[in-house]
Amino acid sequence: MLAVTDLTKSFVSPEGVRGEIVRVREFALAAGEQVALRGESGSGKTTFLHLIAGILAADGGRVTIDGAEMTALGEAGRDQLRAGKLGYVFQTFNLLQGFTVLENVVLGMSFGPRGADRAQAKEVLERVGLGHRLGHFPGQLSTGQQQRVAVARALANRPKLVLADEPTGNLDRKHGREALALIREVCREHGAALLLVSHDEAVLGQFETRRDFAAINEAGQSAGSPRPAASVSR
Amino acid sequence: MTLPLIIYRSLRQHALSTIITAGSIALACGLLMCVWMVKTQSQTAFTQTTTGFDAVLGARGSKLQLVLNAIFHLEASPGNLAWADYEGIKRHPAVKTAIPIAVGDNLRGYRIVGTVPELFEKVEYAPGKKFAVAAGGRLFGGAADAREAVAGAFVARKLGLKVGDTFKPFHGLAFDEKNQHEEVFTVVGVMAATNTPVDRVLWIPIKGVQTMSGHDAKAATDVSAVLIQLRTASAGFMLDMMYNKQGNRLTLAYPVGAIIAELFGKIAWFDQVLTLVAYLVALVAAGSVLASIYNSMNARRRDLAILRALGARRRLIFGAVVAEAACIGALGAVVGFAVYLGLLAGVAEVIRAQTGVVLDVGAKHAVLWVCPLAMVGLCALGGVIPAVKAYRTPVAETLAPVS
Repeated sequence: MLAVTDLTKSFVSPEGVRGEIVRVREFALAAGEQVALRGESGSGKTTFLHLIAGILAADGGRVTIDGAEMTALGEAGRDQLRAGKLGYVFQTFNLLQGFTVLENVVLGMSFGPRGADRAQAKEVLERVGLGHRLGHFPGQLSTGQQQRVAVARALANRPKLVLADEPTGNLDRKHGREALALIREVCREHGAALLLVSHDEAVLGQFETRRDFAAINEAGQSAGSPRPAASVSR
Repeated sequence: MTLPLIIYRSLRQHALSTIITAGSIALACGLLMCVWMVKTQSQTAFTQTTTGFDAVLGARGSKLQLVLNAIFHLEASPGNLAWADYEGIKRHPAVKTAIPIAVGDNLRGYRIVGTVPELFEKVEYAPGKKFAVAAGGRLFGGAADAREAVAGAFVARKLGLKVGDTFKPFHGLAFDEKNQHEEVFTVVGVMAATNTPVDRVLWIPIKGVQTMSGHDAKAATDVSAVLIQLRTASAGFMLDMMYNKQGNRLTLAYPVGAIIAELFGKIAWFDQVLTLVAYLVALVAAGSVLASIYNSMNARRRDLAILRALGARRRLIFGAVVAEAACIGALGAVVGFAVYLGLLAGVAEVIRAQTGVVLDVGAKHAVLWVCPLAMVGLCALGGVIPAVKAYRTPVAETLAPVS
């Protein structure tokens, strides 16, 4: 499902020093597999996910998703592949505040090959327990409900791969556990592979397969390596 | 559905700036259309307002003043001409109709003009349209010195005059309540509206003005001007030669429409200034769209980055911002029509009150579709710079969590 080979990414620090943040020789995920990736804040794991998702262009190496090589595509191609095969759950949910719950999910679908499907969006929202909140705006929901919208949005398009970046980082322990269970359960139902990154041992402990990002990332291990703004939690 | 939804939600999310910006577009659009239409409409209306006459004969002086005084009932009379001059032109074989008028009095600012009944009986003020008296009234007639009056439709409405009412004229063309004549006139008819300057006049027999107490007894047979209908157009040039080039005592203003067109030619610079101002207002309005959207870009950056992360292409983001600017322009243009109609109705009413000339508020002109489309285009153009900024939004950097 996901194959990463010799993936590299470096950034130039404000001082003008180029530093490598990601160097992953090999990483793979099978269809339907659920893997948790352990990593400290600033270790480059968000950048790794951005590279897989094609949000960032890699300096070198290959990322293949469901047979399509992300790293060989231009920006528009990466957008298309991301919209068609990937679901992304962000730590801060990244919901569109001016759009209703239903519109957030419908918009997420509309960029994919299947296009917007309101019935499908409603079905997924009902699945995550928000069928009665379709017309609400994110600001009118609790934090846990917002994360459920984000999960619904990531899965509504029936992606092959779901990337989750600290999805419980903004939730309390109880809601975090519920959100995590929901993500894993819905991914299983949709047959999507799940790659989740976290530094929270309570979250990591729930996964059968856990990998240490530091073990697969050969970059950024020397002191003073610059970190891109995108990968730093402030 | 995606693009309209993004645009609609963005407009809703920034409702206040949308309304303010669209409002400024509406004002600009309405003003531009109004200036243009008043310019073209007034030019058309004034040059076509001849009240059925081809020429005006008056004392030696300005042709424009003569036309404004005799046809539009504005300006002072350039002077008098003798009754014999009227008789002379009336008998000229090239002249079909000659109607004398005498001015010099008013009723609360509205002119009292002396004339002969033939004006109302023989003359068509527009093709196929003759002057008519509204039901219940009649023309003055009978004795030439009868103290009777027929009120134009506009002056009757403004002064509340009706058949049977009496009034004492005031001396001069400007209202001065201390200068009232002793003669009492009775309104015997109210004219049907003609939408011409005639509506703003109180008509009395010409003898009434000539022999009004306090008027110069030596001028008791003089007239202020003679309104002329010609048998053929070429006769006008012949009379022009006779009065204006060979003679030096009288002036023939011919053709009436061309003389008014000359007036518009003289004030063309004013039109140009107004048009320039209107263009500048339009540019400022388009600039306000640019500023409004550009200033809100920082607030939108995260939304745009989220859309990009969900798979939206750069060109969609670019298109959404440009289309949003165009939508603000379109919204402004639609409201601009209401502004235009309101402004034009107001200006038309003022022009009607001051001159009796009626502008066609419902008239169609290319500017009515060119201007709104141009505004939408300008606004879309104003959206390009913020759209480029949106296009360049760095997704990963913008989505970096802030805690």
